[in-house]
Amino acid sequence: MADCLVEVRDLCKYFPVAGKKTLKAVDHVSFTIEKGQTLGIVGESGCGKTTCGRTLIGLYPKTSGEILFAGQDVTELAGKERLRFKKRAQMIFQDPYSSLDPRMTIAEIVAEGLQVHTNLSRKERQERAAEELLAVGLTRDYLNRFAHELSGGQRQRVGIARALAVEPEFIVCDEPISALDVSIQAQIVNLLIRLQKERGLTYLFISHDLSMVRHISDYVGIMYLGALVEYGTGAQVFSEALHPYTKALISAIPDPDPDSGHEEKKIRLSGEVPSPVDPPPGCRFAPRCAFACEACHAQMPAWEHAGEGRYVACHRWKEIKEKGV
Amino acid sequence: MTQADEHLLEVEHLRVSFHTYAGEVKAVRDVSFFLDEGETLAFVGESGCGKSVTSKALMRLLKPPVARIDEGSRISFCGEDVLRMDKKRLRALRGAEISMIFQDPMTSLNPTMTCGKQIMETLMLHRGMDKAAARKEAIRMLETVRIPDAEKRVDQYPHQMSGGMRQRVMIAIALACNPKILIADEPTTALDVTIQAQILELLQNLREELHTAVILVTHDLGVVANFADRIQVMYAGQIVERGTVREIFREAKHPYTWALLRSVPKLAKETKQELYTLKGTPPDLILPLAHCPFAARCEYCMPICRERMPEETSLSGTHGVCCHLQHPMAPKVEGFTTMQGGSAGG
Repeated sequence: MADCLVEVRDLCKYFPVAGKKTLKAVDHVSFTIEKGQTLGIVGESGCGKTTCGRTLIGLYPKTSGEILFAGQDVTELAGKERLRFKKRAQMIFQDPYSSLDPRMTIAEIVAEGLQVHTNLSRKERQERAAEELLAVGLTRDYLNRFAHELSGGQRQRVGIARALAVEPEFIVCDEPISALDVSIQAQIVNLLIRLQKERGLTYLFISHDLSMVRHISDYVGIMYLGALVEYGTGAQVFSEALHPYTKALISAIPDPDPDSGHEEKKIRLSGEVPSPVDPPPGCRFAPRCAFACEACHAQMPAWEHAGEGRYVACHRWKEIKEKGV
Repeated sequence: MTQADEHLLEVEHLRVSFHTYAGEVKAVRDVSFFLDEGETLAFVGESGCGKSVTSKALMRLLKPPVARIDEGSRISFCGEDVLRMDKKRLRALRGAEISMIFQDPMTSLNPTMTCGKQIMETLMLHRGMDKAAARKEAIRMLETVRIPDAEKRVDQYPHQMSGGMRQRVMIAIALACNPKILIADEPTTALDVTIQAQILELLQNLREELHTAVILVTHDLGVVANFADRIQVMYAGQIVERGTVREIFREAKHPYTWALLRSVPKLAKETKQELYTLKGTPPDLILPLAHCPFAARCEYCMPICRERMPEETSLSGTHGVCCHLQHPMAPKVEGFTTMQGGSAGG
């Protein structure tokens, strides 16, 4: 664990909602990301994955818990220290349409971070912006254009160039591909992988697309209703899932093969994700789980160590694993 | 042409163009196909390939004068010419005989009306029911689409429901009058995987129960593989390959279909490998197209591809492909099928 860049311990983020209730968007989440690796976080909409990413880089103040970045707690930073952290951790947003200012040129968008974080002159900043555009597969010609002149894929490349401009070590990619066409998605994922190899970047890759997460991630965390339910290497989680929710999620991916017989083997989940305002008292997945027993409804399962680098939050994972269901 | 009369829906030489400031965009270029009772046909392609425009043209939902269905196009539904229908007949057709589910259940329901009212609206208009009967039927429809607590849900507004619920309400509205054809335009794109699986299963069951023909518009080959009977691959406003599900997934002949099949990420694959991407972008549909539209992006492009439009070669009764590679003198190339891609192992 020497090269651990990001460490999150018991992170909680609650939002107050009407009627003096609290919405537990992120509830006691813990994970680590090693330098140069990618952690993929998967879950359905509303499971708190985006909130988790945003809290991590300080866009939301945390409710409780610790976020260690290179060994330093970054949640209480202020002033210059905080600015320095922001230079090291950047974000790529989901929607390339609303995350670029329509009144700024591409050059201004990409160079804005440099103005805050460096002492470069206007001309030098322009030069750096041009370099970053080249790195993400665009040309100098785009410098003086506006966002509305670009396609979705090109805009997302600009979003990536903006994050790269300040030379960060860590990037939170919040659903960077879900607003794009399939063929463009593959291009953007290839670009992210290439940049990671070239610059040794560390990613937190948030997505609901399981096959893309499997492709890009070293480690995968599965989130359900504000809490992580399973964590492990990509191969572990996808080939021998322990948690019933992970199993259902993987089997719900449509198989592009008409003869696979996949339809018959599918685990069907009934019902929908309950509201995070009033989560069920025990295991949050219990109301939809085929294996739920009394203990599951009454008591929250612990975040258990389940072998080399693996964690799972389920009362019955051992039984389920032994029976091989 | 004895067989032609038997098809439920027949489209011949459909051309749709949009008049914009930049010029005339020819979104659909000479598309012909048919649909039989109870079968499912899928339109597959990237955004902008004309799949949604084609499906909207079937119900004449495209607004003139901006959008125009060009001379020479023919759409016949049960032997009746849709393009010649007057306003009154169209009104009766839409919703009652052909209906549509849209991609985004968040924006396609009316936020100021209860879900029940929105279903009742169709029933009262097309089936002449009174309010009480329509309400009863609306509750029955909500039960049909497996919405729990239908009695209570009928009086709720769309904002009180989740995305999956709203899509179920959309399906209930679309199926309220027991239409002959249901057009589903990316019905699950906006939904999560587990909800997507639920909605697809529901559509599949309803299709069998009600014997409705379905046109599925999607870019997701995974959804198509288990749902459709026949597939039409569209590119730049044209059908480049058509066939049964098995023919497309196992014996595809068009380089564009290969590219689509290859770009589906497989779970078993090694991670962090370069994913297959199709280079370039689709052609600008404002420009005239005299040659194969895919030529500029095709790995197997030959000189003829940049000169002449390929004609459709028929490989079997159901399988057809528009590609110069089918010419007897063209080089034989190894294609891509899911068989070779192999989703097993790992």
